Amino acid sequence: MFLLTLVVTMLLTAVIGVLVERVAYRPLRDAPRASAAITGLMVGIFLETANLALLGASRKTFPTLLEDTVYRLGGVILTNVKVMIVGLALLLMWALHLLVQKTKLGMAMRAMSVDYAILPLMGVPVNTVIVLTFALGSALAGAAGVLFSMAYPVLEPYMGLLIGWKAFVAAILGGRGSIPGAVLGGFILGFIEIFVAALFVSTLRDLIAYSVVLLILTYRPYGLFGEPYSARLRL
Amino acid sequence: MTWWQRAGQRLPAWPLLAWLAGALVAAVVERAVGLHVVHALGLPTLPSMFGLSSVFAEPGLMPHTLAYLLLVYLLPAGGVAALLAPWVRRSLVRLSPRLALLVHLGVLYAVFHVWGHTDDYRLLVLRLLGIGIILTTSLNLVNGWMGEFSVSVAGFMAVGAYVSSVLTVWGFVDDDVFGPAVLPAVLAPFAFPLVLVLGGVAAALSALLVAVPSFRTRGDYLAIISLAYVFIVKSALENAEFIGGPRGFMNQPTLASLPVVFVWTLLCVATIALYVTSTYGKATSAVRDNESAAEAVTVDTRRVKVVAFLTHAFWSGIAGGLYAHVIGYINPSNFGLIKSAEVLAMLYLGGLSSVSGSVLGTVLFQLLSEVLRPLKLVKWLVIPVLLILVMVFRPRGLFGFRELRLPFVPARPYGAAGD
Repeated sequence: MFLLTLVVTMLLTAVIGVLVERVAYRPLRDAPRASAAITGLMVGIFLETANLALLGASRKTFPTLLEDTVYRLGGVILTNVKVMIVGLALLLMWALHLLVQKTKLGMAMRAMSVDYAILPLMGVPVNTVIVLTFALGSALAGAAGVLFSMAYPVLEPYMGLLIGWKAFVAAILGGRGSIPGAVLGGFILGFIEIFVAALFVSTLRDLIAYSVVLLILTYRPYGLFGEPYSARLRL
Repeated sequence: MTWWQRAGQRLPAWPLLAWLAGALVAAVVERAVGLHVVHALGLPTLPSMFGLSSVFAEPGLMPHTLAYLLLVYLLPAGGVAALLAPWVRRSLVRLSPRLALLVHLGVLYAVFHVWGHTDDYRLLVLRLLGIGIILTTSLNLVNGWMGEFSVSVAGFMAVGAYVSSVLTVWGFVDDDVFGPAVLPAVLAPFAFPLVLVLGGVAAALSALLVAVPSFRTRGDYLAIISLAYVFIVKSALENAEFIGGPRGFMNQPTLASLPVVFVWTLLCVATIALYVTSTYGKATSAVRDNESAAEAVTVDTRRVKVVAFLTHAFWSGIAGGLYAHVIGYINPSNFGLIKSAEVLAMLYLGGLSSVSGSVLGTVLFQLLSEVLRPLKLVKWLVIPVLLILVMVFRPRGLFGFRELRLPFVPARPYGAAGD
């Protein structure tokens, strides 16, 4: 039941991702990059509002897909759902890392971030690669949505807004194009949030978390594992 | 040649000033007999925004509204413009360009004054429009001419709004927290510009948090830094109990009247327009196009970046101060990422690196917002789709990298243009 939900969600979000690429990103491929950022933002607002319009503003409960079993290891309380979420997340990240680093598709993706103009000359089918990248990214975001809803089973139309921003912050904090960096960035952000809520007041959470982000980026201007923009390329 | 083609050919032949004078007369006419016309036509109320806000709410009233617009606005305005056109044309050439500009602005303000003061809703929309223009134009300096992607405008606005609010409440209002008024209320309108400037300076100083990292990084990384800045400011304000925390801060005297907002908007647009055409502005564009090359031709890139960020933050702080003193209440959640996204949408709709684009983008976006307001939820489905369409068909926005030239002074007699 759980696996079916996960796979179908990933497939559907992949389809949405491909559609979004087609409508909002492909026409802007040669335009200033900021224009694409604006259309991306607008697609986000559109999807959220559409969600709100279709499903209404009331909160919905996410059905229980796996029965909870509680383990106690010393003083630590674990549930099988939480173990599974962490495990599956790690598995997906590891698979993504392998795909980007070891396959031809991944090589094409990395090449595209270095020099987009020269790829077609090397015989890389640019459109296919971009579509696959969008499908993959959206599918993984869909998987994250399922896992998140299993951990916090309350659904509301704007639940993705804050997590989406945090994901972007975490990815950039780790460094563009580095999956281990994104993992570490996400971990740092999550760790600070829980840590602050546990030690100080939870209202200080954003203040401290984002101050740390600001400090890290001030002293490591290209994130934890990122490389500087190449001098020739102006993005 | 049909009559509308002839009319179309005649339209641009009347100088802008004649149209402005016509608009002024139309506004006066509305003030004098508007309500009678409303009753005669069977409209429920005065169409405050050209009937735009009722287009979707009550489509059945469209013919009446159009008749009202024709009778009260178009006929008087067109008639006066036609009558005055020859005289305006003759007298404009005798004025120096600067004086001609001042005359245009004076008449423009008179139009806003008469038209705006007929209705509180108009007054609010006009003032918010001015604030929006300040935000968009100054953001254009960083995102357009300097080519960065900053989203911190809401944070700068928040700093300006809170600093100026605290100052005016401390100085001129009997408040529970800040005690009785320190200064007589008579002084308030005179102290207000100073207060606004202090708010702007505070915002500019806090902008160093974003400007200094920009020496070493750019693009997505700087975007995240500016994003972090917004969250930091918002969270800090939510935790500052003495200024209300998450409950917000109120009791600001509503000092930002229409003339005040108009003058500050003009000052901002003029500053940015002069800035970007100056040597400094060219250096800013050089940093956008190629930082190393700019450095090689003696551009002090760090200084250019700091000045651009600080100018942007200063004006955003002023806009925040004006906003606080228009609404009379501020709240940390007013200044979240949603606010930044709204300003960004106005900016990219109008187009980067264009002062006139920013002004037009703001006007269009805010009018559209008012038109779609009755649709409530659907508004946020329509606006994204429209913006995506604009971006797809005009990726640089409506006026990106171009300026709309307003013919304040006809270079040669009208009608002689090669036809």
